[in-house]
Parts: sequence; C-alpha cells; structure tokens
Amino acid sequence: MDVMVLAGGLSHERDVSMRSGRRVQEELRDAGLKVSLHDVDSSLIPTLRSRSDVVVWPMLHGASGEDGSLQGLLELLDVPYVGTRAREARVAWVKSVAKAVFARDGIATPEYVTLPQSLFREVGAEHVIDAIVERIGLPLVVKPARGGSALGVTLVTERESMSRALVHCFAYGDTALVEAAVTGTEVAVSVLGTGADAEALPGVEITAEGAYDYDARYNPGRVEYFSPARLSEADASTVAETALAVHRNLGLRDLSRVDIILDDTGNAQVIDVNVTPGLTETSLLPQAVEASGRALGDVYTSIARAAFDRK
Amino acid sequence: MSTSDSHGTRLDPWFDSYAARAHRMRASEIRALFSVASRPEVVSLAGGMPYIGGLPLDELGAMAQRLIVEQGEVALQYGSGQGDEGLREQITQVMALEGISAHPDDVVVTTGSQQALDLVSTVFLDPGDVVVAEAPSYVGALGVFRAHEADVVHVPMDEDGLVPEALDRTLGELAAAGRRVKFLYTVPNFHNPGGVTLTLERRPQVVEICRRHGVLILEDNPYGLLGFDTEPLPAMRSMSEEGVIYLGSFSKTFAPGYRVGWAVAPHAVREKLVLASEAAILSPSNASQLAIRAYLEHFDWQGQIKKFREQYRERRDAMISALEEHIPEASWNVPDGGFYVWVKLPEGLDAKSMLPRAVTARVAYVSGTAFYADGQGRDHMRLSFCYPTPERIREGVRRLAGVIDAEMETVRIFGAAGEPAGDAVDFPSPDLA
Repeated sequence: MDVMVLAGGLSHERDVSMRSGRRVQEELRDAGLKVSLHDVDSSLIPTLRSRSDVVVWPMLHGASGEDGSLQGLLELLDVPYVGTRAREARVAWVKSVAKAVFARDGIATPEYVTLPQSLFREVGAEHVIDAIVERIGLPLVVKPARGGSALGVTLVTERESMSRALVHCFAYGDTALVEAAVTGTEVAVSVLGTGADAEALPGVEITAEGAYDYDARYNPGRVEYFSPARLSEADASTVAETALAVHRNLGLRDLSRVDIILDDTGNAQVIDVNVTPGLTETSLLPQAVEASGRALGDVYTSIARAAFDRK
Repeated sequence: MSTSDSHGTRLDPWFDSYAARAHRMRASEIRALFSVASRPEVVSLAGGMPYIGGLPLDELGAMAQRLIVEQGEVALQYGSGQGDEGLREQITQVMALEGISAHPDDVVVTTGSQQALDLVSTVFLDPGDVVVAEAPSYVGALGVFRAHEADVVHVPMDEDGLVPEALDRTLGELAAAGRRVKFLYTVPNFHNPGGVTLTLERRPQVVEICRRHGVLILEDNPYGLLGFDTEPLPAMRSMSEEGVIYLGSFSKTFAPGYRVGWAVAPHAVREKLVLASEAAILSPSNASQLAIRAYLEHFDWQGQIKKFREQYRERRDAMISALEEHIPEASWNVPDGGFYVWVKLPEGLDAKSMLPRAVTARVAYVSGTAFYADGQGRDHMRLSFCYPTPERIREGVRRLAGVIDAEMETVRIFGAAGEPAGDAVDFPSPDLA
C-alpha cells in the first residue's frame, strides 16, 4: 500500500493544506509507509490511473477539497481514499445545511442566518443589518458560509462594525453566515472511525488572547491549549457525545473535528464541523491524539489502512 | 468546573524565551494567500521577480561548469569578509555608469543588497531610532527596520520623486521633537513600489538637506540601469562620498539566485559593515561572486541589460494599455523603467481587504499597505510587470478588472471597505521583494 497525500490546491487555505499534508507525510513515512505528497493539478488523474495499490489521503482545505468535489472524483476513478464520502462532505461543507441537520437532530447550535450578498443589494443593506442585529443580538459572528481557518471571520460587538465585517466576509465568498456569538468554554472534539465504531478523542480546550483567528491558529503563542479540556466528567461526556452525534448523523467517515462551545448553562453548542481537520503542527486533532496516549504515526497508519481495505 | 489536572500548552516550549521583536514575526492571513500565487493558474502581478528566461541559460550553465572545474578550490572555499577583490574592482566599473567614482576598497560585497540593508541597520539603529523613508517605501527595507525596532517616518513623493521641502520640514520637526534620525532610506530610480525617479534637479537638494540636518543617506539602487528610454542619472553617492551609503545589486540586472549585492560607504562606516558582515555570515558566497565575475568578464552584460530593458518596456506597455482598457476608473503612473506600476484604486476600495477576492479570480498583487510602516496605502496596489509575459499581463489585468467591479459593488451596497485583515505591515517574503 502506498499513500498519496493530496495537499495544496487553489483555495485560500493552500498554505495550511501544504503544512497539514507535509505533517501527515512525515508521520506516515516515519511509521514505515511509502508516502508521496501531490498537489491537485493536471498530472493527478494520470498519476492515479498509473497506480493500483494506492490510497489517497485528501488533505485539501477549502472548496474542492472539503466540499465533496475531490471525493467525487476519487469515487469516479474508483480510488480508495481517507475521509468522508462526497455526498456527506457536501452537506457538512455548507454550514447552513449542516446546521439544519443539527436542528433536526436536536443538536444545539447558535442561532444563525445565511444571507447572500445579492439580498443586501436588493432589499437594502441597512434594513437587513438592522433585522439581523435585532433578531440575533450582539455580539455576533460574521463568517463566509463556506470556508475554514477563520478566514473572513469577524466578531462584531457593535452595530457600526457590521458593514465592514460583511464586506470582509464577501471577499471570501458570496454568502455570509451570521450567528450569535456564544460565550463559554471552547472545546474541539476530534472523532476517529465511522458509524457505530466511531470514538471521540479527548476534547482540546482553546483559550485565546483575543480572537481565535488565523493569526492565533497558525502562530504558536497567542493560544493556550488544554488537552484534555478542563471539564467535569459530565461536561466532558456531553461534548464527546455531541461530537459523536454530529459525526454519525452527518455520516462522516474516518476522522472529523467538531468545534463546540460549552455555554454558561452547560449546553454544548456546535459551532462548526470539519471533514478535513487541520493536521498542522498547531492543529487540534494531533493534540487530541497525543492526549489519548496514542502515537500519531500509529493512528494515521490505521486510518490509511482502513481506507485502503475498503477497496 | 475544572476536574482534570490538564496543563496548558502554547505548542512552543520556547515561546517565553523569544526576544520581544520575535513576537512581532507572524505568519499573516495575507502571507498565506500568497501561497496560491505560485500556482501556474494564477497570474501573479505581485512578485518583483526578474525575467530570468531572458538570460542565455545554456551558456551560463557551461560557465558554471567551467567555474567549478577550473576554479573549484577557490569557488567552494570560504572567502574574504569584504568580498572578492576582483569582483569589487568590476563593481566599481558598474557604478561608474551612474557617475560613482569608487575604489575597490570602498566596496563591501553582500548577500544581495537585502543583507546590506540589514548590516547598515545593525551598525546604525538602536531601538526607537528613526529612519526617514519615502511614502511609500520598499517593503523589504521596512521589514529590516522593523526587525531593528526603528520607527519609520514617511516623507511624501510626487512625480519627481521625494519632495525636498517635505523632507526638510520632516527632519526639522523630528529634530525639534528630540528624535534621533539615523538615515534617510531612499530608492531614487524607478522606485519600488512608486515607479517614479528622483529628478536630477532634486538630487543635490536632497543631499544638501540631509547634510544640513546631519542625516546620512542610504541610497538603494537596484533598478538604476533599467531605464527604458533614459540614460542613468548620477547617483547621490557621486555628489557626496561622506554623506551617502550606496547599495547596489545584481539581482535585477542579472540574476537574484546568486544573491550578490554590495554597499559602498564612507571609509569608517565600511569598516563597521565588514565587521558586522563577518559576524553575520563570515564571508559572502565565493561561488556566487566568481560566477558574477565570470559573467561580467565573458558576457556582454550591458547588451543583456539592453535586452532586459526592451523586454520590460514591452511588458510595461502591455500593462498600461490593459489598465487603460479594463480599469479606466483607477489611476496610475507610467514608469520609465524598473518593474512596477503603482495603482490608485477607485474611491472607497481597499486593496488589502480585496485580496482574497483577487486570489479567487486567479490574480495576485501586493496591497499598498505593505509599503508603509503606519497602515497607510489601502487605496493602492503594486502591480509588477517584470515576470509574466505580455499576454499574461493583459489577462491578469482583465481578471483584476472583474475583481474591482465586484468589490465596488460590495462597497456600494455596504458603504464601507472591509475589515482590516491581519497586520498593518506585511513582513517581506520573496513574493513581495
């Protein structure tokens, strides 16, 4: 079995993807597997067609990597791959659709609304902003409806900042998701496995000086991580069960990360779900694996083998 | 309730050991976006990379082979801290084209002129000192000054370059405020990013103003020989040997891969620069220096510069005509040389906030904010015409026009530019050079 890690691509998160991809490559290579790193370009399909014993590990962040497109292509080519299938990835990728699934299944998530830029033009930005602030209240978070790494995300604490936050958001995509900012303990729960066999790893608690933005995520220092999270047994169990419910109900496969805020009433509110969680040196899933007492190389090898065996 | 004995980690065991200045070195959102610019699908109008494809690469390859076979024992050995003497002699001949009369002993060879910027800063700057620089100024220099914890105070330029009256006034005000101004940093020819050239008339004025205020001039001149229609103007160094440190480079006139530049400084300063350079790198690369020597000796390097000028002129023309056709609502200068067009965006647009949209549209530029130490420049962008072919330049500007239209639509709807993204100052990377 050879592992081909796909990283790079053309999304805004190319840099993060490359960093994740290199880390996965390194861990698998150190674990004794034959691993190559490949960008997504015109040589990809000929390369895949020329090999029969390969399993692909898509490590692409952002559109085409996480929206199911690449997974769809791999299914078309009948190439085994790590991670969630195309159809389920598509649902998880569009935050508003994923949130609708949460609501259906009784999983708490902050109140939100998704709005395309065209709507603001048609009915007047000020009216829409007033309605948003009236309904959702301040503080709130403006973020692109599709995307990751906190790109285009702004925490808005006053009405006057809404316009700038929306313009910033629309530079990354044509639809904004505006949701209530929830205060509480921020915990990322990584899930490994699939369906009934899925298991939640210890939650990683994030405490940031200022916003947990791009800068905080990828420059060590501004964020302090507690792994496992400093939670009571009951709370730890609540966030783990919530993450497992998200993973199972959305039909996610192999690995995912569910970002949760345990609010002041002990309610676990799901903020985001990632089908291709970051695996960089500052990412949360690798920390959770470490907290579980396992070696990253072993865990990644099991994930790759399980995917290969599905062939 | 905390029940676990979990300990926090910042994922960097040395975080508390860093120098204060290291905490300001951070990978920004903007820097991350540039990683996409290296993909061939993206038309990058961002980087200042010379058109290396215009060099006779086969012949240079043969030259490199001969160099190692015939002079390998020198080329692959340590060398002099001040730089190879033969190359220093040749550098004096290169500088003579811009009126500089210098002895080889006056020259310090450096690893690109970027290292010379660092050495000058090491020798002169204490934290809190002031460097005066044009508005805007070269991003790579701003990064060096910032790393040395100096404050940069900008002085305006117009179409004739740095404005002498504004320089005089600024230096007076800084002196009155008790600030220590260590030098004026200036790119007098085909400015990066401004594209303008300091006129012949203003050069002695700038020299005189700095002399009067007791301020050294750091004259950075990578583009002086790359004028399209004009003969090189005399360097300010030719007007004041004691008041000017001159920086030159082979990166734009030959090849940046060799990383060879130089400094010419007043005698006592030169001694300090050599000591600082030896402390930093022991000696510049002998292999690179000997390669440059061989190139200057055996190739028609002045003819090559003429070819580059023709190629760059064609690319500039492509960019200007594409801007006229696709983005008439913006304004720009038409540079007579160098690599850059400095574009003022239509009212209300923010180049930094717009960059993600541009990357989505597969075109890249550098936001004007990169060229200021104080957060100005959001209304400008730098477009480089040096590297892409004329066809790609036209395509890039066409894409950019779509980006600007879409951003204007957004700004019209919301009546505001976007939320600032990341740092006010972008640290230099080769993408921004």
